[in-house]
Amino acid sequence: MSRPMFDEMNASASSVRGHYQDYQRWLARQSADVMQARRAEAEMIFRRVGITFAVYGAKDEDGSGTERLIPFDLIPRIIPAHEWGGMEKGLVQRVTALNRFIHDIYHDQEILKAGIIPSDQIFQNAQFRPEMMGVDVPGNIYSHISGVDIVRAPNAQGEGEYYVLEDNLRVPSGVSYMLEDRKMMMRLFPELFSQNRVAPVEHYPDLLLETLRDMAPPATNEPTVVVLTPGMYNSAYFEHAFLAQQMGVELVEGQDLFVKDNFVYMRTTRGPRRVDVIYRRVDDDYLDPLAFKPTSTLGCAGLLNVYRSGNVAICNAIGTGVADDKSIYPYVPKMIEFYLGEKPILKNVPTYMCRNPDDLKYTLANLKDLVVKEVHGAGGYGMLVGPASTKAEIEDFRAALLANPSGYIAQPTLSLSTCPTYVESGIAPRHIDLRPFVLSGKTVQMVPGGLTRVALKDGSLVVNSSQGGGTKDTWILEDDTPVPVAAAVALAQSQLQSQSQSQSSSALEPALNLSAEGV
Amino acid sequence: MLSRTADHLFWMSRYTERAENTARLLDVNYQTSLLPQSAARAEAGWRGLLSISELRPAYAAHYGDTVVPRDVMDFMVKDEKNPSSIVSCLRNARENGRAVRGTLTTEVWETQNQTYLEVVRMLRNGDFERDPGQFFEWVKFRSHLSRGVTLGTMLQDEAFHFLRLGTFLERADNTARLVDVKFHAAQNEFPGKPVVKTQEVDFYHWSAILRSVSGFEVYRKVYRDVIKPERVAELLILRPDMPRSLLGCLNEVMSNLALVTSDPASETQRRAGKLRSDLQYARIDEILATGLHAFLTQFLDRVNELGAHISREFLMPAAH
Repeated sequence: MSRPMFDEMNASASSVRGHYQDYQRWLARQSADVMQARRAEAEMIFRRVGITFAVYGAKDEDGSGTERLIPFDLIPRIIPAHEWGGMEKGLVQRVTALNRFIHDIYHDQEILKAGIIPSDQIFQNAQFRPEMMGVDVPGNIYSHISGVDIVRAPNAQGEGEYYVLEDNLRVPSGVSYMLEDRKMMMRLFPELFSQNRVAPVEHYPDLLLETLRDMAPPATNEPTVVVLTPGMYNSAYFEHAFLAQQMGVELVEGQDLFVKDNFVYMRTTRGPRRVDVIYRRVDDDYLDPLAFKPTSTLGCAGLLNVYRSGNVAICNAIGTGVADDKSIYPYVPKMIEFYLGEKPILKNVPTYMCRNPDDLKYTLANLKDLVVKEVHGAGGYGMLVGPASTKAEIEDFRAALLANPSGYIAQPTLSLSTCPTYVESGIAPRHIDLRPFVLSGKTVQMVPGGLTRVALKDGSLVVNSSQGGGTKDTWILEDDTPVPVAAAVALAQSQLQSQSQSQSSSALEPALNLSAEGV
Repeated sequence: MLSRTADHLFWMSRYTERAENTARLLDVNYQTSLLPQSAARAEAGWRGLLSISELRPAYAAHYGDTVVPRDVMDFMVKDEKNPSSIVSCLRNARENGRAVRGTLTTEVWETQNQTYLEVVRMLRNGDFERDPGQFFEWVKFRSHLSRGVTLGTMLQDEAFHFLRLGTFLERADNTARLVDVKFHAAQNEFPGKPVVKTQEVDFYHWSAILRSVSGFEVYRKVYRDVIKPERVAELLILRPDMPRSLLGCLNEVMSNLALVTSDPASETQRRAGKLRSDLQYARIDEILATGLHAFLTQFLDRVNELGAHISREFLMPAAH
C-alpha cells in the first residue's frame, strides 16, 4: 500500500528542510546520554510542578498513583514564519466568520434565510441554545477563546498542506501545555533560543486577560475577572489554576458563586464581592442548574438570567457549540464567503454530508477508504475508520448509516505529517497536529504557534494522552526567505480522495482529553 | 479572598503541621524505645501515642488489641486508611494546596507537591523501615521548609495569615496533647506522689519530651537547671517566647486573626483573646494544683471550638 508521507523536518532520507537545518546540526552534536538526561530532568520537573492530569479509576503499575504526565518530547515542531503568517490570517478570518455566524444564528438567522445552511441542521442540534435567542453579548463576540485544530497532509505533489480538522469553540484546553513546554525547552536548552529566532509565546495570559476585560459589562471600571473551574478533579484543573494565577485573578468553583439582585457575587472572607467576567471552563449544561442540567453542582443557580441582563460576561458565551459541531463544520468555508465576502484562506478537509444523496452514494461505495463520523458524536464514538476496520465492522456501519444518513459525515483518511520524536529505540517520525489558540476581544489576536500534539505510538494517528499521546514545543521561526504566503496555504481542493492511508485523522479528536472538558 | 480558598490554605498548613508533630512524637518514642526499659513501660509509650491522637479504636480495628511497636509505627506513618498518618497528612496538605495553587507562590506549591511525591517514593523504597530516625528527620525538615518558603516568598496578605492561623492552631492542639499524654504516663513521678523512678529514668523521660518539641536546649538556656517536670510543663505551656508552647501558639493565632478580621466585635476573636489571656496570666503551680490533665482537656476543647468559629466566620460562611 502506498502511503505518501510528509515529514516536517526531513524532506527525504538525506535532506533536511531549510527551517530545520540549524536545529538538526545542533541535534547531531548532542550525545544520546545528554539527551536522555534532559528527558529525565524534564519529567522530574513536570512532576514537581504538578503538571499532571488525574486519571480517576486508573492505577499506575505500582498501584500507587492516579496521576499521569503528558509526555513532553524534546524535539520541537518548527514552522517557518511565512507559513505561520498565512495560517494566522486564515485563523483570524475563520474565527471572525464563526463569531458572526453564532451571532447571526441567535439573532436574524440570515444564513438560514439565504438557504446556505438547512435550518434543521441548527434547530435539531443539541448544542443550539434557544435561551440565547435575541440575547446581545458584548461586542457580539461569542467564542473568545477558540482552539482550531490544524493538521498537515501531503498532496499529490508530496507537499504538505494545512487543513482545519476541527474548530473548538466551547472550552478548548491545552494552552497551559504550550506555555509550559516552552518554559521547559528554555530551561533545558537555553542555547537553542539564543541561536534561533523563536517567536515568544509567554504573553498569552496577558492577551487572554485583555480579551476577558474587554468583555466586561459597560460602566465597570475595574472589572473583576474570575476563572470558573469544575474543581481539582477535572483533568484540566492544572490549566485552570495556571491561567488564573498567570492572570492574577481568582479561581472559583460553582459553590463560590451566588446570584443576588441580578448580579453574580463570590463568597469571600470579607463578604460578597461582585463578579463581572467569568472565564468558564465548565460546559454549558452545567453552568446553571436552573436553566440547564438541574443536578449540576458545578455551576451557579440563576447565572443565565444575570447573563441575559448583561450584568456579567461569560467567556466563551453560552451556545457556541452550535458552531463547532461536525454537522456545521462543512459549512465554514461558505460562512466565510457569506459573512466576510472573502475566499477562505484555510482549507477544510473535504467532507461528504451523507444527508445529500450523492454524498451518501459516494460514501457507501467507498466505506473502506473513508472515515465516517456521527455528526453529534464525540470522543471517537459512533465512528468508522474504513481502512482500519474489518469487513464485518464496515457492513454493520453500512446498516447504521443507511438507517439515518443525515446523522453522518464522511471524510478521506488523511496521512498526518510526522515530526522526528524521541521514542524508546531512538528518534523516529511520529504523527502530529497543531492547536493554535485564537483570542477574540476588541481585536482578534493570538500568540505565534500553538500546542503541537504528537502520537507517540508507531504509525498511530491518535494523540490522545491515554493512548500514548504527547506534546512538543512549537517554534515559529523567523526566516529571511521571502516565500509567498500563498505557498503554505494554497487553496486547491485536494486530491486527497485518491490517497489511501491506514488510519484516520479524526482519531485525533479526543486528543489529550483536551478538546472536551470532562465534567 | 474566597472563603473556600481560605479554607484550603488553613487546612493545608494544619496538615503540614500535624505531619510534623506526628513525626516528632514517633521519633521520641522510637528513640526512647532504644533505651533499656521494661516491656510494660515501652508498651505504655506506644499506647499513649495512639491515645494522644485519639486513634486507639482505629488502630484496634486494623491491628487488634495488642500494641505492637512496629504496627503502631506503620499505622501512624504509612497507613493510608489512617487519616492522621504522616502520609495521609502530607497527601491532604498537598491536595488542599493543589486546590488553591494559584494563590500560593510557585515555591510554596512545589514544596508541598514535592514533599508528597517524595514521601510516596520513600515509603515505596522502604526508606522508612531502613532508618526510621532519618525518615522522621526528613518529615520535620520538609515542614520547616514549607514554613520557611511561606515566610520567604508569600505576600503577607490574607492568604498568608490563614496559612499561619492553621499552623499555630494545629500546633497548640498538638503540643497540648503531647504534654497531656506524657505527663499522664509519668504521673507517678509527680510532686505529691511517691518517687519510684530513679533520677536517671526521669532524665530520659523528660528530656525525650523536650527533644520532641526541640525544647531541650531551650530548657537549659531558660532555666539553667536540671530537668524538672514542673519546669518542662511551664516551658511547654506558658513561655510566650517558646515557639511550640501553648501561649506562644495562641499569641500567633491572635495576631493573625486580628489581621483577617474586619469585625472588631467578632466572637471568634473574643474567644481567642480570652483563651490567650487565661494562659498569659496563669501560673504553673496553680495549674498543677488544680490538675494538669483537667486543664489540658479544657484547653483542647476550647481550641476545638475556636477552630469551629474560624470555620463558621471565614471559611464556610452560610449562604448569603
